[in-house]
Amino acid sequence: MYKYDQYDQAIVDARVAEFGDQVRRRLAGDMTEDQFKPLRLMNGLYLQLHAYMLRVAIPYGTLDSRQMRMLAHIARTYDRDYGHFTTRQNIQYNWIKLEDAPAILADLATVEMHAIQTSGNCIRNISSDQYAGAAADEVADPRPWAELLRQWSTFHPEFSYLPRKFKIAVIASDEDRAAMKLHDIGIQLVERNGTLGAAFYVGGGMGRTPMVAPLIKDFVPIEDYLSYTEACLRVYNRYGRRDNIYKARIKILIHELGAEEYARQVEEEFAHVKTLGIDPPAAELERISAFFAPPAFDAGAPDILDRSDPDFAVWLDQNVKPHKQPGYAIVNISLKPVGGIPGDASSAQIDVMADLAERYSFDELRVTHAQNIVLPHVAKRDLYAMWQALTEADLAAANLDLISDIIACPGLDYCSLANARSIPVAQKIAQRFADLDRQRTLGELKLKISGCINACGHHHAGHIGILGVDRKGTENYQLLLGGSGAEDTSLGKITGPGFDEDGVVDAIERVTNKYLELRDTGERFLDTYRRVGFDPFKEAIYG
Amino acid sequence: MKLLTGNDLASGAVTWWTGKDWSLHVEDAADVGAHGEAILTAEEGARRVNAPYLIDAVATPEGPRPVHIKDRVRALGPTVRPDLTLKPADPNAGSWVI
Repeated sequence: MYKYDQYDQAIVDARVAEFGDQVRRRLAGDMTEDQFKPLRLMNGLYLQLHAYMLRVAIPYGTLDSRQMRMLAHIARTYDRDYGHFTTRQNIQYNWIKLEDAPAILADLATVEMHAIQTSGNCIRNISSDQYAGAAADEVADPRPWAELLRQWSTFHPEFSYLPRKFKIAVIASDEDRAAMKLHDIGIQLVERNGTLGAAFYVGGGMGRTPMVAPLIKDFVPIEDYLSYTEACLRVYNRYGRRDNIYKARIKILIHELGAEEYARQVEEEFAHVKTLGIDPPAAELERISAFFAPPAFDAGAPDILDRSDPDFAVWLDQNVKPHKQPGYAIVNISLKPVGGIPGDASSAQIDVMADLAERYSFDELRVTHAQNIVLPHVAKRDLYAMWQALTEADLAAANLDLISDIIACPGLDYCSLANARSIPVAQKIAQRFADLDRQRTLGELKLKISGCINACGHHHAGHIGILGVDRKGTENYQLLLGGSGAEDTSLGKITGPGFDEDGVVDAIERVTNKYLELRDTGERFLDTYRRVGFDPFKEAIYG
Repeated sequence: MKLLTGNDLASGAVTWWTGKDWSLHVEDAADVGAHGEAILTAEEGARRVNAPYLIDAVATPEGPRPVHIKDRVRALGPTVRPDLTLKPADPNAGSWVI
């Protein structure tokens, strides 16, 4: 885990003091809302349907138990005893009072956390692979490189007022667990002839104009990593559209310029940026990397498991993934119990996860873009005890990547931008498919729901996606098929006319029934869909 | 009927114009009729409530109810957490809004 140095802490503390003064002036009536709104948004404070909402940054989804306990403390002290983990690997609180916001930010600062750049047209929280440092298939640990971008992008004077918000993901495996190609910049660390470098995919995103990022450069030497990123941003900052919010993202610029021309301009800019000397010296890279050194694994940890408890065995098969260190495993804690709210956790549950991380996972936790929590380094000999503790806390749903492991945005139950509710639809689908054997028979099936076209629920990237719309004042749900946020990234296709809340659940069941009818041995839903095409499913849905 | 609503500056809570002041309960909301714009302008100047706006509503035996679903959600609370609504004791709280 990275630890703040004096500069990190000083700028966060200064921001807490500054925002505290701004809040005081707003409450005293010395500022209008128009004057105050951009200031509160720079500190992650939105106004939603029922209250202020605070979005707290969790850099590349990584935090320790001390920070996790602080998140529980904030939920318990200032909110309504729960938090909502988001698809950007952050956490949101839905019931914040403006008068409490300075105290909350001050509390966060004591554990090296903040809400800076979780809103606004700036570089947002850097996202990454939740298995970083634990996955056997990574060529390097992506976290030092994500941390480098965090430091570079924090209060970057040139990129604080971009044409639009900007999201960057960094991964280091061929298996994409971070929806990398659906970011403004997706970076994959790669090796070529034993040398580390980075492939840059630029211009992806979801929202109203979804696009898969094209490859702009297949190998940037790692010593040019920051300069090349800066060049990508500079070209966007210079030519990205500021006259039309719907055409302001970098994906539109690249679509209009063409990837080849954009890449040419980046190369030209890079030749200049490289002369500025912004890439850090080796000593600084080593300083950052040292924070992410592997924990002190027990080289003698037994590599065997007692699977005699059948419920435990199911959880192992579904939620526990291989670790690169023999005797260890990666544990996924599903925040998707049947009937629950995807991504929500009570303060007590957050505390439980913090305790388990401290006891069993070298004090580390990760938040995933699928709104789950990962304990990345758990000794296999501890898995049964951990599972029992998770079961006790209602955190042992064995449904990772199954149909009930649904990504859902807050939707119209909370969000002022939403047109339709997402959560009740997720709950009804999970209840319809509540039987775990049935879910496991269906196998990997990623279902994602957004309550508006902004796509916070990643509906474009769902094997099955649902988009809630407002049709003459009534909630209506469009169905999409064939999306993926993984290394085989694709965008879902709308099936046809939408459905009401119950109708969309029925339609999904018709889709899954058709899949079971058509699938070949070993095929996931997405494989079958890609093999047989759209029409058989459309026929099943609409008859 | 027309209601004036917004979010309380300090707490962010949904609030309703009663004819004299602001209330957290939609049941207290007053029909502002043709005076809505004038009240809205005056209240914006007072800076007690964030982003006040006028909405359409209907009178019901339980009191005024917003016409649009978004304002009904605002009036009662999230449909998925009846324990967090303004009427948590009402077992039908979750379905009342839609």
